[in-house]
Amino acid sequence: MAPASGPQRSSERERQIEQLLAAKEVVVACGPGGVGKTTSAAALAATAAARVGGRVLVVTVDPARRLADALGLAGLGNSATRVPDEAFRDAGVQPKGELYAAMVDMSESWDALVKRHAPDAKTAGQILANPLYQNITGRFAQGHDYIAMERLYELHEEGSYDLLVVDTPPSRNALDLLDAPSHMADFFSSRLLRWLTVPYRSRLVNLASRPFYQVADRVLGSQLLQDLADFFILFQTMRDGFVARAEAVNRLLRDVRTTFMLVTTLEAVPAREAQEMTQALVDRRLHLGLLVCNKVLPPALSDPAVAKVADRLGSGAEELGGPLAAKLKGGEPPEVVAAVLGELAQSFSNFRLVANREAELLRELAAVHDLSATVGYQAGNITDLAGLLRIGAAIWGDAEEAEATTPARRTRRTRAPSGRARAKPAADTTDNTDNTDNTDNTDNTDNTDNTKET
Amino acid sequence: MTDLLRRRLLFVTGKGGVGKTTVAAALGLLASQQGLRTLVCEVEPKGDLSFAYECGTTPFHGRDVAANLKAMSMDTEASLREYLHHVAKVPVLGRISPVARAFDFIATAAPGIREILTMGKLCFEVREKHYDLVVVDASATGNVVGQLAAPTGINELVRVGVVRSQTEWMLEILRDPSVTGVVLVTTPEEMPVSEAIDLAGRLAEETPVHLACVIANRVLPELFGRAEEQVFDELSTSSEIDALARQLGAPPNDVAAVFAAARLAVTIRRDGSAHLERLRSAVGAETPLLYLPYLFARAHGMRAIRQVAQSLGEEL
Repeated sequence: MAPASGPQRSSERERQIEQLLAAKEVVVACGPGGVGKTTSAAALAATAAARVGGRVLVVTVDPARRLADALGLAGLGNSATRVPDEAFRDAGVQPKGELYAAMVDMSESWDALVKRHAPDAKTAGQILANPLYQNITGRFAQGHDYIAMERLYELHEEGSYDLLVVDTPPSRNALDLLDAPSHMADFFSSRLLRWLTVPYRSRLVNLASRPFYQVADRVLGSQLLQDLADFFILFQTMRDGFVARAEAVNRLLRDVRTTFMLVTTLEAVPAREAQEMTQALVDRRLHLGLLVCNKVLPPALSDPAVAKVADRLGSGAEELGGPLAAKLKGGEPPEVVAAVLGELAQSFSNFRLVANREAELLRELAAVHDLSATVGYQAGNITDLAGLLRIGAAIWGDAEEAEATTPARRTRRTRAPSGRARAKPAADTTDNTDNTDNTDNTDNTDNTDNTKET
Repeated sequence: MTDLLRRRLLFVTGKGGVGKTTVAAALGLLASQQGLRTLVCEVEPKGDLSFAYECGTTPFHGRDVAANLKAMSMDTEASLREYLHHVAKVPVLGRISPVARAFDFIATAAPGIREILTMGKLCFEVREKHYDLVVVDASATGNVVGQLAAPTGINELVRVGVVRSQTEWMLEILRDPSVTGVVLVTTPEEMPVSEAIDLAGRLAEETPVHLACVIANRVLPELFGRAEEQVFDELSTSSEIDALARQLGAPPNDVAAVFAAARLAVTIRRDGSAHLERLRSAVGAETPLLYLPYLFARAHGMRAIRQVAQSLGEEL
């Protein structure tokens, strides 16, 4: 009974994803650090270019050479580069659309912003030459987050792409990203900024600021304060441009054409951060379109029927070892065979714990939205477009191409827990559920079976 | 390696998500169990430390976690307040809050202001001998260099003033490898290892602090010996799996799933070993490399911290 429901379900996810991508022009990949955000963003973009078509641009903030290599590019720069069709052909795919990639060069982008917003070339030059400038751009008001969003805005304004997928920097706090544009606007509007620069502008120390200056002079030395004030006075000349721009960036993030892709693994800490991020998106009324869980263990590991088999291999290792050893060509002693069976059982039960923990975290995460994809552990490194497309296939939910991955089924299970469906007295819904479960078993096994070949 | 805990100040860092906090918490617990008065400080007050110790919030002034063990979270405003009070003797405590906010603002622009307040507090605890060992759950690889280099950097930026005069004694503490060290945590995965290698280089070039050791966290056990692996390979063929399934009276797919799971475990372990070898050759033989096993049973909370502390104790 399996074959009927398997493909049907993966096409369901395919439909959902392609529907999402048809409705959106911007996908912002967000999530905790170290979960494969950059790779997921690139995989989504590559797969969209291959299957959906149009001009797709992936913008990454990660200078990792590996991604450029994987895309078949010599390197990534601030301007977009077309991923050659040969790279797709090497992966055995005839792309429907075009894939482009760019990297956000932080300092180059800041310089461009300053040049744009400074009142004249002289001021721009002074700002760029100020020793505090380099430092400021790197760190203040979540500078990197802002620049990533700003670059996204610029590319969207340019209007030459049908879909933009943007990767975001690993923030200390994942939420910084969402607030970066507002922080930038706040920074320039802040009373502190005025307060700090006024006395130096007027050369009259304002009464209200006196205690601050007393302390600051003592602790930091007035030279530093003078340097800072000089810099802020210059910087303030860009205020109007910056504020207007930050507001525009903010509008784009809230636009109906923008969606967020939350990427995480199902380990406790990242999952907790992802959960907070989900809430933060909801609170800010930002659209969370897709949840991607990476490095997920195969669902067979949390299948009780398979676990029973593993347990029996372990407990019956001695009895099974003899007859098996007799048949093996290598002529290994029965003790070694028994030891292998014992290890198999032990390893299964170890990983089963982890897989069950993951499944529970996924259930909790997926409760908030209905489009979630799981990507299995990828053996080795992702070194070419084929690897990215394999991850994309897992996100799209097709089992056959996803090899070592675990797409739709697990998510389905979490979305429609079979227990609940069974509890319904309504007659033949149970049939469906059973069907699903059985499919799970067979599919999973097939799926994990493939792992062996990779 | 036994001298790791004989140092006075340990900065635990690594790529986000590799278990920095777990290792810092476990190092602190281990030291306290050995009778050392220990402070564990979380530099980024995200609550990870209180999550690890299951102890409720960890305030700036510290919370008792166990005998000899205190936990705290860094708070640069509180650090500034303490500093002004004890060192600079500035009599404006009532108005400190707006002052601190202004500092916060300046700190966004001036390099190292916030970091110096963090480093200052940590070095102060070491200098005053309030503790035998201060373990710092430091920032992740991206930011930790700025933190550790702050006392050097501030010298160049601040020409006069109290802050400047304070950096010399801090540098003395930080420079001495018998007093201060970095514990670099990684997992056997591509990105964490690459970042660890990168950071080891930057530590040497840009900071006064020495690398004390590298810890590979979440290392999977070796599943099979060589002879066993061969048996496993032979058993993995579909005919053997079918035979085994018949013997057990179980569906062949379920038996195959058990084998596939083991294959995956072997693959993950093998990929990890390759990354650790890369790490080994990059950091050189003089830097000790410790291994902490993957914890299948529980990844978090005090029970896990105790287990990690025990493994660390065995490795040291």
